[in-house]
Amino acid sequence: DPDRKTEVVLLACGSFNPITNMHLRLFELAKDYFHETGKYKVIKGIISPVGDAYKKKGLISANHRVTMAKLATKNSDWVEVDDWESSQSEWLETLKVLRYHHQKLLPPDATNSLEDAVPLTKLGRKRKQEPNRHEPVKKKNQSPDIKSVPQVKLLCGSDMLESFGIPNLWKLEDITEIVEKHGLVCISRAGNNAQKFIYESDVLWRHKNNIHLVEEWITNDISSTKIRRALRRGQSIRYLVPDVVRAYIEKNNLYSPESEDTNAGVLLAPFQKHASDSKN
Amino acid sequence: VRMKSRIPVILLACGSFNPVTNMHMRLFELARDHLHQTGQYQVIEGIMSPVNDNYGKKGLVSARHRIAMAKLALKTSDWIRVDPWESEQETWTETVKVLRHHYNESLRLLQSKKEFMENKHPKERSTGDSLSCQHPVLPELKLLCGADFLQTFKTPNLWKEEDIKEIVEKFGLVCISRAGSDPSQYIKESDLLSQYQHNIFLVKEWIQNEISATQIRSALCRGLSVKYLLPDSVISYIAQHNIYTEESERKNEGDLLQPLKVHSPAGTPLRD
Repeated sequence: DPDRKTEVVLLACGSFNPITNMHLRLFELAKDYFHETGKYKVIKGIISPVGDAYKKKGLISANHRVTMAKLATKNSDWVEVDDWESSQSEWLETLKVLRYHHQKLLPPDATNSLEDAVPLTKLGRKRKQEPNRHEPVKKKNQSPDIKSVPQVKLLCGSDMLESFGIPNLWKLEDITEIVEKHGLVCISRAGNNAQKFIYESDVLWRHKNNIHLVEEWITNDISSTKIRRALRRGQSIRYLVPDVVRAYIEKNNLYSPESEDTNAGVLLAPFQKHASDSKN
Repeated sequence: VRMKSRIPVILLACGSFNPVTNMHMRLFELARDHLHQTGQYQVIEGIMSPVNDNYGKKGLVSARHRIAMAKLALKTSDWIRVDPWESEQETWTETVKVLRHHYNESLRLLQSKKEFMENKHPKERSTGDSLSCQHPVLPELKLLCGADFLQTFKTPNLWKEEDIKEIVEKFGLVCISRAGSDPSQYIKESDLLSQYQHNIFLVKEWIQNEISATQIRSALCRGLSVKYLLPDSVISYIAQHNIYTEESERKNEGDLLQPLKVHSPAGTPLRD
């Protein structure tokens, strides 16, 4: 069925400390990429800022980070901010966030109503007939049409992909489930190492069909670290972040040498977790 | 050093702005920060001057649109504005002439401000900004550009030697370059530029943001997103007026740039 495109939801996890034009570009690039394949339709983008419990150096309160992301996406009709991850009291593995958003997209229990028995999505095609009310209602776990449940894919830059190689940062089984059950969309600069990195990893190589590499031709290296540095030095960040974000930062005086010292010397949550897990 | 005793500076950027991008506007911000941090200058104004249609560059859309887009982009800026003088001239104007025009305008403005203040308070000595003082510091007008612009000085017949000299001697350059490139090398290789290197400010952009307008136009023709690379208002304008198309990209195709036409020795065949 040529009209049936796989629906995709793009999920970006990260500090967003603060959100920048580059973060927002990732979504646009990924969306264009999927549409050009002719096989996918991106229906939603989700920004999920990490919780304060991540304990990254310089990480300011999740409230601010979520607010800034919301301001930045106010005039986007498809990218939104989700604060479920950031409102958890403990740090959560990325896989758990992926699972949560995937779960949210599953159709509700089919026995609840007749309408839910009909597959959720058939894009570009009008329903030719009404569902037969006398047919037994399909139960949720009976042959769900895979194409009708949107896929949640992790959207990231090549830095996140390559962070899979940092010892004890990720669990191998998590990486496996991410690329096997969900998928990765990795945006990187032309001439990057992403392909090589995938080649050198057995698990990534095995699921390389579910890893989409998108090349960014317009060099746009607006890292949050550099933004925070510029702010500490009283330099302008205009045109690198949405203006509403810049105004919010200014108004609340968010980034300073003191804020950059937050969590100094503290072990990053995933490392802490690994250390305590291995003790058990 | 009090702000008042700093030299006032006006930054002028000449270019196609076809279309204006976030990168163009960044140039102004970077230049201003840099000059302020020297402690010697106070940037009082930024001027964006889109080139005349007659420039003949491939893909150059009407100045009417380029000016409108720049205006939209600069709406939120309290110190940068777009000036249509260059684009309104009968034909293409050398950059040095644009500099002269804006410099004269700034003097004229200064003079009329001075007269206004004197009429208002004939005996009072103003304690306001330096421009309204009895002996105001004359503003300097500097040409703002990227490192690639500096390199074009080398292109045969694109610039007149005496123009380059006047630009670096009488006005000055603020040249933004990205990490990894070294325009100081190029300056050393040029006798003329070396002589006036004290008037050439090199500013390094550490946050790479190379949004070339050519790539933008290419993306637009392909129906790809350019959101977050240009202001939303400019993107809407482009869509509304359907400005960039395969057809618009072919404009002036095969034509020689106006400066090359004007500067070529008569009878000498020129290469593109």
